[in-house]
Amino acid sequence: MNIKKIFILLLLLNLNCVYAQSVEPDVFVQSTVNRASDVLAKNISKEDKINELKLIAKDTVDIRGIGYYTLGSFRKNLSENQKNEYLNLFEDYFLKSFSSRLSEYTNPKIEVQDKKVLSKNYTIVNSLLVGTSERPEVKIDWRIYTKNPENPLIRDLIIEGLSLVRTQKEEFASILNSNNGDINSLFKVLEEFIIK
Amino acid sequence: MFKNLILVIITISLVSINAYAGSDGELTFNKEQPEKIKDCFEKLNRVTFSFNQKIDKSIIKPVAKSYRNLPDPIQKSAGNAVTNLSNLITIPNNILQGDMRTAIINTARLAVNSTLGLFGTIDVANKLGFPKYEKEDYGQTLGTWGFGPGCYFVLPVLGPSTIRDTAGSFVNVVGGDPWYNASAHGNNEFLSEGLYMGSKVVSGIDFRANNIESFDNLENNSLDFYASIRSLYLQDRENKIKNNQQGNLEILYKDEDGWEELDNQ
Repeated sequence: MNIKKIFILLLLLNLNCVYAQSVEPDVFVQSTVNRASDVLAKNISKEDKINELKLIAKDTVDIRGIGYYTLGSFRKNLSENQKNEYLNLFEDYFLKSFSSRLSEYTNPKIEVQDKKVLSKNYTIVNSLLVGTSERPEVKIDWRIYTKNPENPLIRDLIIEGLSLVRTQKEEFASILNSNNGDINSLFKVLEEFIIK
Repeated sequence: MFKNLILVIITISLVSINAYAGSDGELTFNKEQPEKIKDCFEKLNRVTFSFNQKIDKSIIKPVAKSYRNLPDPIQKSAGNAVTNLSNLITIPNNILQGDMRTAIINTARLAVNSTLGLFGTIDVANKLGFPKYEKEDYGQTLGTWGFGPGCYFVLPVLGPSTIRDTAGSFVNVVGGDPWYNASAHGNNEFLSEGLYMGSKVVSGIDFRANNIESFDNLENNSLDFYASIRSLYLQDRENKIKNNQQGNLEILYKDEDGWEELDNQ
């Protein structure tokens, strides 16, 4: 093995080590927030902003996990086909809802302030949406799923103490309960929301 | 006196119903386990909610938008004044919850803002570095004492509530709110029941004006707006009872099993 090959091998090993490094949840949140802020500050149409925000959400949010959690005990009664249909609809619904909520903000400034490791799987990152003359400051906590430390994922946003995922879960349960647990009723509502 | 007696009886009855309704027959006097809410009157609640939305769209929201067009100092002064008045309910509740330190701080805040702050229109206490003000009410105190929320219901115009919180609100008009007592029953030529009602209207409009975009955003992105509001109201009340402004994770994820089951799959 000549020196050149050894050098390349070392380089590859080094790159691999860098790639496999765990990402600190607070750094992950700050970087995600910065990516979203950059998009929101861009001079592009609202539709383009929404599309770019959707890409960020796909990278950083555990949409599949949130989807299953949101369904609660109802997921146990679903066939594989229904599960797949639900996950597809949920992803479209989530991305539309998430990005259109965010797109209302122009150039938001979010400061990551602290973090608290809850367990091997979860860390809460505390942040603050800095207030402006038009709106007060808002506390936002991020529940980060850290089971794979190299690829942390957002599992919930807790805004001023109010969990978005819990709200969503109770909303879905309400729809299902008022339709005798019929999953097709939820599919219909999700489809209506997606094409609206 | 007779009117007050009736209100006291209604209040006690409501709390008793609450203890029953929130418990499936078991005693709700449990400080650790948050009660699972029951929407016992959901059909009626949805009708009232729909009525409230119509009132909001036709009257409250337009008024709130006009309020936002007022010069900032006027809005701020009005908001400060009604917040200052709320100390009169917060202080007795601080005491009832055994939080004497905060009761003393809030009494000092009330005194400073009502005098130096020109009847509360300027938040001098904040400028002097007082701790952040947190409102307390009799519903929260009942919660702190261990009463569960009981059935959720929607009050016409006033919006989301629970049996416990409505019972708590009754306490205001049976002697629990010094501002109401002085306005409605005090022999004072400067105060009247109309002034009291006016202060409540300003408080409501101020809140609505501060949340126009948030409500619009929530409504546009909800699959079931009624259920979203119910969830957010109940989470907020749970947090306030626990005095945890960041959100109590044990409360938020009380059905943590849902996540664990997914994680283990």
